[in-house]
Amino acid sequence: MTLLTKTATELQSLLHNREVSVKELTEESLSRIAKVDGDVHAFLSTNEDQALATAQQLDNQPLEGRGPLFGLPIGIKDNIVTKGIVTTCASKMLENFVPVYDATVVEHINAAGMVTMGKLNMDEFAMGSTTERSAFQTTHNPWNLDHVPGGSSGGSAAAVAAGEVAFALGSDTGGSVRQPAAFCGVVGMKPTYGRVSRSGLVAFASSLDQVGPITRTVEDNALLLNAIAGLDHRDSSTSPQAVPDFRAALTGDIKGLKIGVPAEYLGAGVSEEAKAAVLEALKVLESLGAEWEEVSLPNSKYASQAYYVISSSEASSNLARFDGIRYGYSAEGAKSLEELYTRSRSEGFGEEVKRRILLGMYSLGADHHEDLYMKSLKVRTLVAQDFAKLFEKYDVIIGPSTATTAYKIGELIHDPLTLYANDILTVPINLAGIPAISVPCGFSNGLPLGLQIIGKHYDEATVYKVAHAYEQATDFHTQKPALWEVK
Amino acid sequence: MTNFETIVGLEVHVELKTDTKIMSPAPAHFGAEPNMNIHVTDLAYPGVLPTLNERAVEFGMKASMALNCEVASVMNFDRKHYFYPDNPKAYQISQDKRPVGQNGWVEIEVDGKKKKIRIERIHLEEDAGKLTHTDEGHSLVDLNRQGTPLIEIVTEADVRSPEEAYAFLEKLKAIIQYTGVSDVRMEEGSLRCDANISIRPFGQEEFGTKTELKNLNSFNFVRRGIAYEVERQEKVLLSGGTIQQETRRYEEATGATSLMRVKGSAKDYRFINDPDLPEIHIDQAWMDRVRAEIPELPDARKERYINEFDLPEYDAKVLTLTKVMADFFEATVAAGADAKLASNWLMGEVSAYLNAEQKEFSETALTPDGLASMVKLIADGTISSKIAKKVFKELIEKGGNAADIVKEQGLVQISDEGTLRTIVTETLDANEQSIEDYKNGKDRAVGFLVGQIMKATKGQANPPLVNKILLEEIAKR
Repeated sequence: MTLLTKTATELQSLLHNREVSVKELTEESLSRIAKVDGDVHAFLSTNEDQALATAQQLDNQPLEGRGPLFGLPIGIKDNIVTKGIVTTCASKMLENFVPVYDATVVEHINAAGMVTMGKLNMDEFAMGSTTERSAFQTTHNPWNLDHVPGGSSGGSAAAVAAGEVAFALGSDTGGSVRQPAAFCGVVGMKPTYGRVSRSGLVAFASSLDQVGPITRTVEDNALLLNAIAGLDHRDSSTSPQAVPDFRAALTGDIKGLKIGVPAEYLGAGVSEEAKAAVLEALKVLESLGAEWEEVSLPNSKYASQAYYVISSSEASSNLARFDGIRYGYSAEGAKSLEELYTRSRSEGFGEEVKRRILLGMYSLGADHHEDLYMKSLKVRTLVAQDFAKLFEKYDVIIGPSTATTAYKIGELIHDPLTLYANDILTVPINLAGIPAISVPCGFSNGLPLGLQIIGKHYDEATVYKVAHAYEQATDFHTQKPALWEVK
Repeated sequence: MTNFETIVGLEVHVELKTDTKIMSPAPAHFGAEPNMNIHVTDLAYPGVLPTLNERAVEFGMKASMALNCEVASVMNFDRKHYFYPDNPKAYQISQDKRPVGQNGWVEIEVDGKKKKIRIERIHLEEDAGKLTHTDEGHSLVDLNRQGTPLIEIVTEADVRSPEEAYAFLEKLKAIIQYTGVSDVRMEEGSLRCDANISIRPFGQEEFGTKTELKNLNSFNFVRRGIAYEVERQEKVLLSGGTIQQETRRYEEATGATSLMRVKGSAKDYRFINDPDLPEIHIDQAWMDRVRAEIPELPDARKERYINEFDLPEYDAKVLTLTKVMADFFEATVAAGADAKLASNWLMGEVSAYLNAEQKEFSETALTPDGLASMVKLIADGTISSKIAKKVFKELIEKGGNAADIVKEQGLVQISDEGTLRTIVTETLDANEQSIEDYKNGKDRAVGFLVGQIMKATKGQANPPLVNKILLEEIAKR
């Protein structure tokens, strides 16, 4: 257990000096998965043979031309399609679905020479915030196995926190990268909407979805975003804006940086320990030369309701294609087309997915189109304007990533409304389409807390700069769950 | 005499002939084996995203401009939801609130009266796949057509008779075909038409309840179907019944319409702006570029043929029905042919040949130069119309130049007076009885004598000249 504690940059140097091989790195990741995944349950599937074969191939490549992520093991959330590798979205609907093409982000990580270790657990179709909504298994938080890892990218965050891989891809529609990153004490980035291609990301809510990297350090995270970002002709919502070298932004210099801290992000519903951790973090940033002021996001109180209407409406549309005809779960013995549709969808989808589809259908239906769907779009515009106004004056906006530490497994599974309300700190960012990162900022009762740093459109560089400066001034990211020492 | 006014609105779907589909890179061609022209996007695989084919947008703009519509400077695509196996995403990408074209019109002429049929809107959308239902109770899904770009043209309820509907479709087809954005072939499904039909007592402002008529697979069926439906609705109303809002099917075999389904409350398609497709902004330069690609349209050409070539209106109309015919005509005239003679041949022999052989111009060997060379020989008296028919057969089947064919086959008309006079004299010498008959008032005798002369010259004698010499020689006897 030494190699996987190192950063990408450190490992590149070892690979370059031939002190370690890609095969050894891959084997270490495999052995780590074998040791801890029986407790953590982060992986839905691993592909040992293919990973070793890829490693072998990569070791034979010349040293010249290798990028900063060459040879490093990575795990992929199971809603990102991988050619020839089962991609389930943690749903019975796609239990045996083998994609015939790679997502654009998968092409990018392959081109970067990364080794795919397997597919990571999630809430079914990314709908949930605990990973308990997986149709196959519940992932456990590596810091305390009785707690959830968050979600929906719970498998991705837990795998990184448990040291199974140092890199993972997640997806964030309303907080699904940042919240599990915070719960698991790792770094998770939701890039600007349009920064990373969605081609091959199984759609939940198309206007909100974004693939994001989950890593142990900010630098590793910046490297992975550089690898996957950029214009893609297969996704019309990707931006032609040039992708800067994010690592170059990690200067540590944040003197004169202006930070806005929304009162709403430290208000009712946010736990004392989360507030305390954020205030401590602001002190650290002040000591580095930044200034902060309390500000307001007046419309953020409506964000959660608007988010659930918009995301569920889009989901009801996106998930309509799962009809039991061309692929996926198909109910046997149906006597009519209607019965085939009804039974395939009733039996193939889980409870939470069906709840969201119904909510979406209801919101888009003629009777409520205006008062639910159209009104939510207006709220979305207001929420985005709140941020735009603040960004005229401030470089970043900071608050907690989550209101509390990770819940106990089973604690809130029958309380969807509380779970939905807890998204209040993350969903406004998706509605506005701006980037935000969660970095570790403390612990409470042995469970991690995350600091959320929110930036302007396409200004991930500043977000990374602030996150990196803070990370380097603290030691939360160097702490490891007890699980690391097990066996 | 009926007391009711016929009110018809038409919905016409036209397939655009782009190389690839509107939202995927698969080919958009008619006639492939089932499920060969498909891409994962057409199958609605998990994770796929639509990518807009800009050619389809341009074709939609072009059709809208040619049909006198205002073209949107900002438009977007919407998702229209319904479950059916021909629709893999369970939504069709279409345009709801911001279509490519709005407020256009087409001018038609029925019984010498001109009238504008207004077009409410033209929107772009993707076609659905095709289902075939087997006798064993299975349904086979072919997704080749899925994603083929379509425009749907919706008229205002301005059509007042089956004849107006027919004239509208004929004109619409001609205009679209001129723009080159579609083959507009009903038999291949690249043009499809549904009709919304209602009637109301003359003088009443309020519309009656309409029925929607489907399965109209030719312009004639549209005409007959509307006529039948109007008559049916009249009978229902006159016998004290009410018209139900329903979808009816035209039966080709009987010419009748039959109930398909009764429409309940309006279908809820749960329209949503497609978040995968950004708004499209069309600037003036783009508009201008597309507009510049629109050729002279049939009505303008027709007027020009009347003014420039002095053609009768009928000729001008027939020649401009299709662009390929009009282009051929103009090229023939440009190659030196007399306009009226060229028109006669194109409307007559050429059209008859194309119809009989079921061929397109491009499938024959005839060229405008070839036709012009023949027309010139007729005009200067080198060949007779009768000989020309032989030459024409050569030209359309083997190609080449009329002068060469005439020379090679020795088909030149005999117009030398001396030669003809010798033949006439010989013929009269051999047929004294006919001279007698003629002088006794039997005019038919001349016809017989001309026939004999033609026979002797293998049809190459110049007919007017033969007539003249013949009468002179008879008079001498």
